[in-house]
Amino acid sequence: MALLSKKDSNLILDPLADNNPITIQVLGICSALAITAELKASLVMAISVIFVMGIGNIVISLLRNVIPSKIRIIAQLIVVATLVIVVDQVLKAFAYELSKTLSVFVGLIITNCIIMGRFEAFALGNGVWRSFLDGIGNALGYGVILVIIGFFRELLGSGTLFGIPVLGDPIAKTGLYSIGYENNGFMIIPPAALIVVGIIIWVQRTRNKALIEEA
Amino acid sequence: MLEHLELFFKSIFIDNMVFAVFLGMCSYLAVSKKVSTAVGLGAAVIFVLAVTVPLNWLLDQYLLQDGALAWLGPEYADYNLSFLSFIMFIATIATMVQLVEIVVEKFSPALYNSLGIFLPLIAVNCAILGGSLFMQAREIPSLGLALNYGISSGIGWFLAILAIAAIREKIRYSNVPPPLRGLGITFIITGLMGIGFQSFGGMLTGDNEPPEGTSNTTVEKTIEEKEINKEIEDEEKAVSYNEVLNK
Repeated sequence: MALLSKKDSNLILDPLADNNPITIQVLGICSALAITAELKASLVMAISVIFVMGIGNIVISLLRNVIPSKIRIIAQLIVVATLVIVVDQVLKAFAYELSKTLSVFVGLIITNCIIMGRFEAFALGNGVWRSFLDGIGNALGYGVILVIIGFFRELLGSGTLFGIPVLGDPIAKTGLYSIGYENNGFMIIPPAALIVVGIIIWVQRTRNKALIEEA
Repeated sequence: MLEHLELFFKSIFIDNMVFAVFLGMCSYLAVSKKVSTAVGLGAAVIFVLAVTVPLNWLLDQYLLQDGALAWLGPEYADYNLSFLSFIMFIATIATMVQLVEIVVEKFSPALYNSLGIFLPLIAVNCAILGGSLFMQAREIPSLGLALNYGISSGIGWFLAILAIAAIREKIRYSNVPPPLRGLGITFIITGLMGIGFQSFGGMLTGDNEPPEGTSNTTVEKTIEEKEINKEIEDEEKAVSYNEVLNK
């Protein structure tokens, strides 16, 4: 990448794998799990978070010398809340059905710990361009996990992707269903998301032993 | 009385903050290594929810809802400020947490020492904002029920973090596969506990509960109803609320 120096591109690439906000830093789990039963909802949630984090990091980074440190949490919350209201109104206007599915979880982006965490840890101490990259990188890392969970939950739970059947018709018994395959209703219920995240963590830490925690 | 009891058990067991809607997971995972700290945080969450949910209910009822400004005079009846609810709710929560911290420090230093470090954490706990947002989405009909909802969902969260902290203290002596140690196994245990809590689902609704997919349409129906008769009396609100309860 000619556009980005090595150090800058690490800001984007690190959170995608070895410093992933969900599986390593344990931030932003709350909204990650409840809306991942469908791939479409996961993708929209990921895009919303990328938007809020990118812009939010720019704003906080611009204001970093103006905000008194005592009230910085409230100042950060107001910035995020404003951006989330924008996202919420856009979703209500252009994707009403989807905004019903996401319901309160759009609002809960405000208290998504990734956003507050990156504001505190990065945007308050770094320049605008680097903060923007850091925000986008972490939000992408979050989005990747969300899409992976959404992919497996929708594929195994309903046999569809983006609402389009990919494994055949379960009622007419075509495709995979003709040889006795059944949808796993277990993947649809909320706790299954936790178990999928657990398995992702398992796979990731098996591949990279350095991440294993001391018990 | 019966609706209070119903809401109480429903919020603790069926709509448990952690196991059913995954709220407050960040602090749930971070602060559950020891039972004693888990108890402190859990108590603080109950306390803050009990304060902020009724407060935000008042805010929603008299400031934000469609037509809520009617008490100012008939010319204000058309205003709908509900798009401001996120920013108002989070501002209330942040302010209340700060206020609670100051008051507790002043009047009960012992309680402050046990809760103190957790209180600032709570302002960004999704369980608190989630409590207020669900209160708004479910159209809780009265202040008493809002207080009840705040306390009981706090208790539900308290139970969850207490249980996982106890399990994590014990699991230290088990031989967990190394890649799963710590975070991984906590996720899987929480998932299994969540499946256990799903079985409470039949406790109140019995056989009347419709299958998963239809729940969205019930919510939409109540919203349509709300749009049709904008000047809803309190009793009518109670009816639509019961419909949500029965879904």
